[in-house]
Amino acid sequence: MNIYVLIKRTFDTEEKIAVSNGKIQEDGAEFIINPYDEYAIEEAIQVRDEHGGEVTVVTMGEEEAEKQLRTALAMGADKAVLINTEDDLEELDQFTVASVLAEYLKDKEADLILAGNVAIDGGSGQVGPRVAERLGINCVTTITDLKIDGSDVTIVRDMEGDSETIKTSLPLLVTAQQGLNEPRYPSLPGIMKAKKKPLEELELDDLDIEEDDVEAKVETVEVYLPPKKEAGRILEGDLSDQVSELASLLRNEAKVI
Amino acid sequence: MNFDLTQEQEMIKKTIREFADEVVAPGAIERDRTKEFPIEIFRQLADMGMMGLPFEEKYGGAGADTTSFAIVTEELSRACASTGITYSAHISLGGAPLNLFGTEEQKEKYLVPIATGESFGAFGLTEPNAGSDAGGTQTRAVEDGDDWVINGSKVYITNASYAKHLALTAITDMKDGKKEISAIIVPTDAEGFTIIDNYEKMGLNASNTTELVLENVRVPKENLLGKRGEGFRQFLVTLDGGRIGIAAMAVGIAQAAFNRALQYSKERKQFGKSLSEFQVTQFKLADMAMKIELARNMVYKAAWLKDQGRPFTKEASMAKLYASEIATDIANQAIQIHGGYGYMKEYEVERYLRDTKLLEIGEGTSEVQRMVIARQIGV
Repeated sequence: MNIYVLIKRTFDTEEKIAVSNGKIQEDGAEFIINPYDEYAIEEAIQVRDEHGGEVTVVTMGEEEAEKQLRTALAMGADKAVLINTEDDLEELDQFTVASVLAEYLKDKEADLILAGNVAIDGGSGQVGPRVAERLGINCVTTITDLKIDGSDVTIVRDMEGDSETIKTSLPLLVTAQQGLNEPRYPSLPGIMKAKKKPLEELELDDLDIEEDDVEAKVETVEVYLPPKKEAGRILEGDLSDQVSELASLLRNEAKVI
Repeated sequence: MNFDLTQEQEMIKKTIREFADEVVAPGAIERDRTKEFPIEIFRQLADMGMMGLPFEEKYGGAGADTTSFAIVTEELSRACASTGITYSAHISLGGAPLNLFGTEEQKEKYLVPIATGESFGAFGLTEPNAGSDAGGTQTRAVEDGDDWVINGSKVYITNASYAKHLALTAITDMKDGKKEISAIIVPTDAEGFTIIDNYEKMGLNASNTTELVLENVRVPKENLLGKRGEGFRQFLVTLDGGRIGIAAMAVGIAQAAFNRALQYSKERKQFGKSLSEFQVTQFKLADMAMKIELARNMVYKAAWLKDQGRPFTKEASMAKLYASEIATDIANQAIQIHGGYGYMKEYEVERYLRDTKLLEIGEGTSEVQRMVIARQIGV
């Protein structure tokens, strides 16, 4: 089976975000594989181990993303591809990323493409479905279980807490939700061998893509941190007075009722 | 000069750090209390291929370097020092002498199960009257036909209850009134071999520390490890590597103590401000951070020298001496910053002090380290 995993390099979840000059500061920050993409990698490895084939991890971004690709190789992926847009594109949005990835994938005859349900930084959850749409293949998002039998696929997907069982078929793109599996730690022999596994680096030229054709459609107007949480207020006095005070505060101050 | 870790070392650090935080740290207080050996953690470490870290692939290892060994030992010890010392002894005392001095057959038979995690690695040097002073060794191995017959006892032996075999030192002859000491590999299930696990220790409660009693234990002559009469020199070489492990453990415990002290000092408010706003606390934390940085650099340097195949005896001793002494100091200061809470087990820092004290003693006391360094600097 020809399996592709789309991954993204993101800020470590423990990292404090600092904004200066309207940009998020990346200096000195730790980066990780987007946690939802780790489920996708793990599932891809499991599917390969059961059905045979090859797992290729693909990411788009800067040179630095090689580290995340190597980690995926250390976990057990077979090959990696870095589409380096550092020199070509200033801004990336979901349209840009999905267009480039779809262009790369269109002649790869992928049976199964996995991605994270959502990236913890941008949080749009759009790239996976957009890629599927552009490739014209089936797409199921937020999956928590995947069973493949020939080209028939049975999927359980998370629906805001409920679950839904879906039957579909390959070729297919799925996005991974928490609960799909428990991503493995890279093994030490895996880490030692990761450097020897093939990692291909491509630029837009290699994919015959014109920068103008994939130019971001989203314009970032402003980047700012959420307002600091203010200290709570504790109401005092008779219970009935507190209730009416609370009601009036909710109406007049918080303006939520 | 280059202070960057390699890509592999970075990845190993990230992986083992996550593993230490998610798998090792959560049960550390409980294991300290119950003295339960972290066997399940080591099953997972074996699955990850960590148990044979520095050994060649053909012996079931991963062929990683000494710096990587120091990184893994530091991170495990940061979460749970009992787990750290078990790992460090497994690799640097159990596996290393077999790797360094074993014949091809011995490596196949004894190193492979250690590297794959099927057996823990252990090493029998210390006796009631002998440690760094080899002259006090009393365990004897006498030739009898094709066998050695061994009698004697060993104390404070790490991991032996979980080892299938271990190398130990014994007197094999007397020459001109001097003891000839050799190393012999002994299966722990041999008849007459008793392993007693009932020490009551100050710390490192979840690590396995045992007493070995050998009564007419018979092993074939081919179990001699390395050259006859070289047993003590071999163990000195082994201990040089072991000291890097102990030093890395100390850095891990010191880092854990510092992390807790830093976090607590920001949360705890007294006299209207957080402890971290008092200069007295800031200075303590600054000193801690400085000492940890210096100790870690020394550990990495000793590890790097070893990997370059260069002499590292002096640097390993310096790293072990400095790191273990600052770790005790830092653990102690971390309790002080926590005040009364620090004296309570729930806050973890008191365990660090109990655990780290051993590092000033094991694999050569601080005094012995100073002797080693003095000899190395030509005093």
